Amino acid sequence: MTRLHVTLLLALGMGGLLVLDRVQSRPLNPYTAPPMLALGSGLAASGAHCAAPPPAVQ
Amino acid sequence: MTTTSYTAASIPTAPGRLSRAMVLTGVGAAVLSVALLAGPRYGLLLLIGLGFGLALEGFRFGFTGPWRRMILMRDPSGLIAQLVCIGIVAVAAFPLLATHGSELKGAHAPIGVAMIGGAFVFGACMQVVLGCGSGTLVNAGTGNAVGAVALPFFAIGSFAGAYHLSWWSSLGSLPVVALSGTDGLMVTLAGLAAVAVLAFLLRAKGVYYMPARYVGAILVLAGLAILHLVVAGQPWGVVYGLGLWVAKGVVAAGGDLSGSAFWAAPANAAQVEASLLTDITSLTDLGLIAGAALVAWWRAGLASPVGKLPAKAWVAVVIAGLVLGYSSRLAFGCNIGAFFSGIGTGSAHGWVWFVAAFAGSWAGIRLRPHLGLEARR
Repeated sequence: MTRLHVTLLLALGMGGLLVLDRVQSRPLNPYTAPPMLALGSGLAASGAHCAAPPPAVQ
Repeated sequence: MTTTSYTAASIPTAPGRLSRAMVLTGVGAAVLSVALLAGPRYGLLLLIGLGFGLALEGFRFGFTGPWRRMILMRDPSGLIAQLVCIGIVAVAAFPLLATHGSELKGAHAPIGVAMIGGAFVFGACMQVVLGCGSGTLVNAGTGNAVGAVALPFFAIGSFAGAYHLSWWSSLGSLPVVALSGTDGLMVTLAGLAAVAVLAFLLRAKGVYYMPARYVGAILVLAGLAILHLVVAGQPWGVVYGLGLWVAKGVVAAGGDLSGSAFWAAPANAAQVEASLLTDITSLTDLGLIAGAALVAWWRAGLASPVGKLPAKAWVAVVIAGLVLGYSSRLAFGCNIGAFFSGIGTGSAHGWVWFVAAFAGSWAGIRLRPHLGLEARR
């Protein structure tokens, strides 16, 4: 087994993930997408980040 | 370390021009498709992720290896390169955050008991698998079997850590402390310089040498990180996306995430329902893996055989992968989200993360031979 096999298996897994995502997720709509750059957009930053504090325990 | 012998007929050759042109066309088509289907910002984020992967693998730059060399050989070159890179990002990020605080946000998180413990454990595990957040993605993309095995368990751990994050955070944490403005930038740069000087003073005699490739890595990674902030409105991160992949799988399998304060929160629940092609960290993670794979293929580096390890080493990789993911969520980020982006955007938790994870790395390096992952010294 070479590194190529490992990379191809990983690519297969990533492809499967994207297929699952396509089936399970809301359809994409580029016309409601945010502007290309957040800077200067006038919109609040809304993306998820690992540093964001969690919601408090109820 | 293993040596590989090739016969004349099996010497790996670099791909030809036609193959390279076809692959580059495919990569360009993928980026364009995401831009057209999801929106231009998302296409650009995939491209930035590709850039991260190309730079990390292309310049053979990372986080785990340089820490290991600092601890084992007192070679500070890689660590100093990281600090310089963070400093360049900070010089751009602090003014941007000060003047566009409503559009951009930093990687700001609270310091807490679980955060410190998580960073220590993450530092130990990243030395066990020789891959941090970005490093595991790069290793997996370049056909490293340890990285490829660790990655799915990293993702599962990230999902689970996020699932329990609110409980862990309730154990005790301080308010978020974030340096800002010119004073904050000066304190950050002084802190980075102080650590760099300390590392330099601790170097082994005659060891210090800054490879030219590190200079390239510093400039390209800093440029991409600043671009990421401008495009995404937030700094570079890795682990949220990995947990999200598993969350989507759980929902697809009929699972219910309403029992988790984290995954049931409106913003995260909406992201689970939305496409991965609209999630910032998922796009840069996918791009990073693809970029690293592209460099390895370009250099004919995928032909080498996968190394053999004992069974207990593979068990250690699986467990370390799980713990890497889980602890990175408790620590509010990995080497990228907490250390690189946290310090680069002024978060005090990034500094605490660095100290705790470096101490954990010291422990992890000593643990590795006992797990069958390298010969005992």
